[in-house]
Amino acid sequence: MNNNKRLNVKKVLLLGSGAIRIGQAGEFDYSGSQAIKALKEENVKTILVNPNIATIQTSDYLADKVYFLPLTAEFVEKVIKKEKPDGILLSFGGQTALNVGVELAEKGILEKNNIKILGTPIESILNTEDRDLFVKKIKEIGLKVPLSKAVKSVDEAIKEAEKIGYPVMCRIAYALGGLGSGVARNKKQLVEITSKAFSFTKQILIEEYCGGWKELEYEVVRDRYNNCIVVCSMENVDPMGIHTGESIVVAPVQTLSASENFKLRAISIKVIRHLGIIGECNIQFALDPKSEDYRIIEVNARLSRSSALASKATGYPLAFIATKLSLGHSLTQVENIITKETSACFEPALDYIVLKYPRWDLQKFKNVSLSLGSEMKSVGEVMAIGRTYEEAIQKAIRMLDVGMNGLVCNDINFNDLEKELKEPTDKRMFAIVEAIRRKYSIEKINELSDVDSWFLYKIKNIIDIEKKLKGCTLETLDESLFKEAKQKGFSDKQISILTKSKELTVRKKRVKLNIVPYVKQIDTLAAEYPAKTNYLYLTYNGCNDDIDFKEKNKVIVLGGGAYRIGSSVEFDWCCVNSVSTLRNLKYNTIMINCNPETVSTDYDICDKLYFDELTFERVLDICEKEKPLGVIVSMGGQIPNNLALPLHNANIKVLGTSPLDIDHAEDRHKFSKLLDELGVDQPEWKELTSLKKAEEFAGKVGYPVLVRPSYVLSGAAMSIALSKDELRKYLKKASEIGKDHPVVISKFITGAKEIEIDAVAKKGELFCYAISEHVENAGVHSGDATMVLPPQRTYLETMRRIKTIAKRIAKSLKITGPFNIQFIAKDNDVKVIECNLRASRSFPFVSKVFKLNFVDLAIRNIMGKSVPHIDRSSFDLDYVGIKAPQFSFTRLKGSDPILGVEMASTGEVACLGDDFNETFLKSLVSVGFKLPNKTILLSTGPIDSKAEFLESTKKLYDLGFKFYATKGTANFMKSNGIDAEVLNWPLDNKEPNTLSFIGDKKIDLVINIPKNIEKEELDNDYLIRRKAIDYDIPLITNLQLAKRFAEAVSSISIDDLKVKSWDEYK
Amino acid sequence: MGLEKQQSKLVLEDGSIFHGYMFGAKRSVSGEVVFNTGMVGYPESLTDPSYRGQILVLTFPLIGNYGIPDNKKEEKLLKYFESEKIQAQGLIISDYSSNYSHWNAKKSLSKWLNEHNVPGIYNIDTRELTKKLRSKGTMLGKIIYDDEKISFDDPNQRNLASEVSIKKPFIYKKGKKRIILVDCGVKNNIIRAFLRRNFSVIRVPWNNNFLKEKADGIVISNGPGDPKKCVETIKNVKAALSKNIPILGICLGSQILALAAGANTYKLKYGHRSQNQPCLESGTNRCYITTQNHGYAVDADTLPEDWREWFYNNNDETNEGIIHISKPFFGTQFHPEASPGPDDTEFLFDMFIRSMK
Repeated sequence: MNNNKRLNVKKVLLLGSGAIRIGQAGEFDYSGSQAIKALKEENVKTILVNPNIATIQTSDYLADKVYFLPLTAEFVEKVIKKEKPDGILLSFGGQTALNVGVELAEKGILEKNNIKILGTPIESILNTEDRDLFVKKIKEIGLKVPLSKAVKSVDEAIKEAEKIGYPVMCRIAYALGGLGSGVARNKKQLVEITSKAFSFTKQILIEEYCGGWKELEYEVVRDRYNNCIVVCSMENVDPMGIHTGESIVVAPVQTLSASENFKLRAISIKVIRHLGIIGECNIQFALDPKSEDYRIIEVNARLSRSSALASKATGYPLAFIATKLSLGHSLTQVENIITKETSACFEPALDYIVLKYPRWDLQKFKNVSLSLGSEMKSVGEVMAIGRTYEEAIQKAIRMLDVGMNGLVCNDINFNDLEKELKEPTDKRMFAIVEAIRRKYSIEKINELSDVDSWFLYKIKNIIDIEKKLKGCTLETLDESLFKEAKQKGFSDKQISILTKSKELTVRKKRVKLNIVPYVKQIDTLAAEYPAKTNYLYLTYNGCNDDIDFKEKNKVIVLGGGAYRIGSSVEFDWCCVNSVSTLRNLKYNTIMINCNPETVSTDYDICDKLYFDELTFERVLDICEKEKPLGVIVSMGGQIPNNLALPLHNANIKVLGTSPLDIDHAEDRHKFSKLLDELGVDQPEWKELTSLKKAEEFAGKVGYPVLVRPSYVLSGAAMSIALSKDELRKYLKKASEIGKDHPVVISKFITGAKEIEIDAVAKKGELFCYAISEHVENAGVHSGDATMVLPPQRTYLETMRRIKTIAKRIAKSLKITGPFNIQFIAKDNDVKVIECNLRASRSFPFVSKVFKLNFVDLAIRNIMGKSVPHIDRSSFDLDYVGIKAPQFSFTRLKGSDPILGVEMASTGEVACLGDDFNETFLKSLVSVGFKLPNKTILLSTGPIDSKAEFLESTKKLYDLGFKFYATKGTANFMKSNGIDAEVLNWPLDNKEPNTLSFIGDKKIDLVINIPKNIEKEELDNDYLIRRKAIDYDIPLITNLQLAKRFAEAVSSISIDDLKVKSWDEYK
Repeated sequence: MGLEKQQSKLVLEDGSIFHGYMFGAKRSVSGEVVFNTGMVGYPESLTDPSYRGQILVLTFPLIGNYGIPDNKKEEKLLKYFESEKIQAQGLIISDYSSNYSHWNAKKSLSKWLNEHNVPGIYNIDTRELTKKLRSKGTMLGKIIYDDEKISFDDPNQRNLASEVSIKKPFIYKKGKKRIILVDCGVKNNIIRAFLRRNFSVIRVPWNNNFLKEKADGIVISNGPGDPKKCVETIKNVKAALSKNIPILGICLGSQILALAAGANTYKLKYGHRSQNQPCLESGTNRCYITTQNHGYAVDADTLPEDWREWFYNNNDETNEGIIHISKPFFGTQFHPEASPGPDDTEFLFDMFIRSMK
């Protein structure tokens, strides 16, 4: 049948999702990139708006036009007016894109400009987004949703609760962090909860409680011919009550009978048809663990984190297919790009199990609650593929890269195990392990945790093997137990710990016994059809490889693993670009990565994709099978960088800078000695192992000092100590992290600028470089800093010195490939604070601003290809690029939204503009900053910063802002002739109070520059900052940032920000 | 796990051997080795009479998770199974869950297999095995326990339908309207489909001369093996085609219908056994996801003048259904009754019923 014609669109606007933040990560780079590829295949022109410069979708070879602009209706409207697209895709940029799209539609902007919404119509989107409409739609087809009702009094609550039946969930509308919400199991509890809640709220939602029910997700696809398929079913190991983004998830579902499974499938299809979705949607169910009773929890009428996971889990490219369907194609006419023999109209059959594990970075935040619940806090995830549950979960835990060896062989203690099981934290699985060890029955653990017993039995299997292994030495370990342990996901390292031997000795014996992993393909059809797929994983539950390894000229690129604070989509960009350059150079490319939210794990970007662990053992397994020319470790961030030396020692060729030289830069002693030899200055430092010596040293150089363990990324456990007391406190924290690595203390230089150089070298010669300056003074982690390229306020002399130092370091470390050096500069005095012989977080930023792909150049140099010399410098640009951090403090209830040496941002954006001020404002708006209209609350910290900010205060005053200020700040302002209304500190408990003014939204912007010393005021400041975050009021806590902000708003207004595409900046 | 693991192996007719561990009944069996790629539904699959004589390989590795439900009957049919007993000769899987968890489970898969004297092997690389079956075609094989010596046995040489069919007619009473169900190895869910629609079902043996019975419609059921072995059924259906009583053939039934109409059938290399077969309705853009379990297929090119190809497989374009141009005769190669599998084509029962008026 060839009667299906695609819709007549020529130019499509695609909205991205902006900066990476909790709840919206790299998965939308993946879906957006797929959408662009699908559109290109159809010869449709694409216009992309996305300020996330580190994404693949904003590459020059994908969309026809890229706008690094804020994802707001105002900016997008301007782009529409300029580009005149005839279609728009809303479902590929997460909630951000969807919200902007809905706003554009509701304001009539799309209609006015004759823009067709492709795929799911806006009405269907609204029906899924609005809770009342959704419930109405679902009830129309006689399906079940949790009953719920808004009530305004205790009596009403009792009436509704009786109608619904206990237990009920009492949800307080607009409450912070679920404050006051709770489960009422009977009338007495209900009265207690609601009467308390009505003291501070006017409305409570009484809802049917499904806590402890199984939580399931189905990914459903529909074309305009009404063909529907369910691509993937997923089961949350953590039941209802814990956000699916916080849950361990398996695919396909494991504990459902066929009848339950196909019942939910049938409902999914009914729902998608009734809602009229075209493309893809995700539907979430709660299922009673004791019957077939179910509830539909929600429908996401767009690509989502789950759909990205489902794509990677099944090999079915949901985003690509959804794009084709939204252009009007039928499912049967789109090819299954894995088999190339069948169509996209089928439901994948898996012959493996997939397990997703979230990655949290909660320890990086002060005051944040560790418990998991209905809100997402995780910052990334990994996906493990295995042929037993045990294999998958152990792999996944290692993939997280949080220092765990698997499910067992870790060092974790629990004080209150029962509480840990009942009120889970990020350590829940380990608590289950501990409970099984302590002989809790499976029934009891199930009762406490609501985790289905099937999962618990599987965990018990692992502990049983652990026990058996503990009774062995490597000599007495027999072949069948050895093999069973490997089949249940034990790493050589775990076995070495249990048998008290060494990892490499275990490996040797294992290989001798011929217990080796086998390579299996992911082919979407469980081997039913021959597939040419290059999507691979390794398992010990097999007896043969699916593929041969005959190709020549192979190069492996190691990916970045789970997204986390400090390592995110930037490294994925580096990896994908590495692979693409290697392909252009006619190498056979092999990618290893384990993060389902990435483009690097798209099997069409490389010749072979191993979706597997980035551990020494697994990389070596793959190298032994593939026998590559070498491995690239410099593109995926710190994980591959740390593998450089072990791989080198195992006789694997590491391409680029020698691992011995990498170690030279990583090892603080060696590096410092080298700097001394080169005559390059560095802040005074010392490596210390005892508290006494640390105090002595700090006393000598003078506080403040910087405390950090060696080998860190994103400043794990790094802190500034202002006093002896603080030093003691931080040392405790640091030593918990790097047992094998001692603590380094260095002099912290205040009031200095921070400058970075990103560069590529060839055989020790500097090949190309970019110098950027930070807006914030040194002391703010470089990942949280606002970066400016080219520098606007750095002396020429400083730049020259930086370049010279970079040249000298490159020469002495014989660097071939990417590197990054961070400097602090005061006057023209330049000191090196860090050097990494790998691509840095800012590589995509500098590459895209310069329009010079640093990764491409690095790879060409690494592979020894001749590359014409680059003759450009940072001064050649007629425009400015500014990279700004995106924080996720709103998601992390209680966390102190303050900048420090520990990185806290989850993502970033970058914008281009004609000058600093324009670009700076664009970048602020891009990270969600709402420019203030009228009122600013000031509390500008210690006297010197008050003084420093005075000039800016005047500027803002001249613009007509009304000021509120805390007492000290107000007094200071008054004495300098600026009026400010005094608000009391939070802890004064007196009106007019800062907190109530923020809460009543009487403040448009809070500028709170922390004072560091007095404890009391720290709390006051914290309360102000937190309140601002909780009420979505823009907040600035850094003095330099505040000053630049004042300058920017006084020089340019938001309406004057220019709408120019990337290629218009020349 | 507590269980002492006992070695066992699967030997294929090409000489390849797969080693694993025994579960279920401890005995050796031989049969035709076939694979199914469905990810869920082992209680339903194992009791599907179409697996008669076959050793079933499940490509999904984790099996036994939700145990086995009880033997509750509803409308004189086992509620949770597709026939009275396990029909497959043996079961080959990768990872067995000796501990199951489900509210409806009464026993483990191993115990159930044991009760039905059916052996199983786990810890087999079922993917490697499946690839072998795919590339070389379905093979004979045997599960060997304790080095017993048994020979290969080709079940397709036998009339398997006669082995699984009921021996005497049986009536499921419901409404006034009644259908004749020719049982060549029928799955319970086909019977349930009609009972749910308030039809009485007269279930007759495969070789019953059903034209004597008065009925509003005739259903020729699914079943195991080569349709050409069902000579008597073909003969009876041929006679039925001369009348105007609506006929629905499912799976083997569709092949019998085709043979009765004068078309030909042939053996597929390794058959279709899964829950994800996309079937296109000829002349439309509608594609349905279906459950299938068959080793033979209708050769659509041999269909006589007054028959049309109704559905075809979107993957390999084999025939998935036939329809008469003027009379109410329908055949589907897939299973509209699903169980286990998607219910996308359940509506065909309604369509068939409409044709009875």
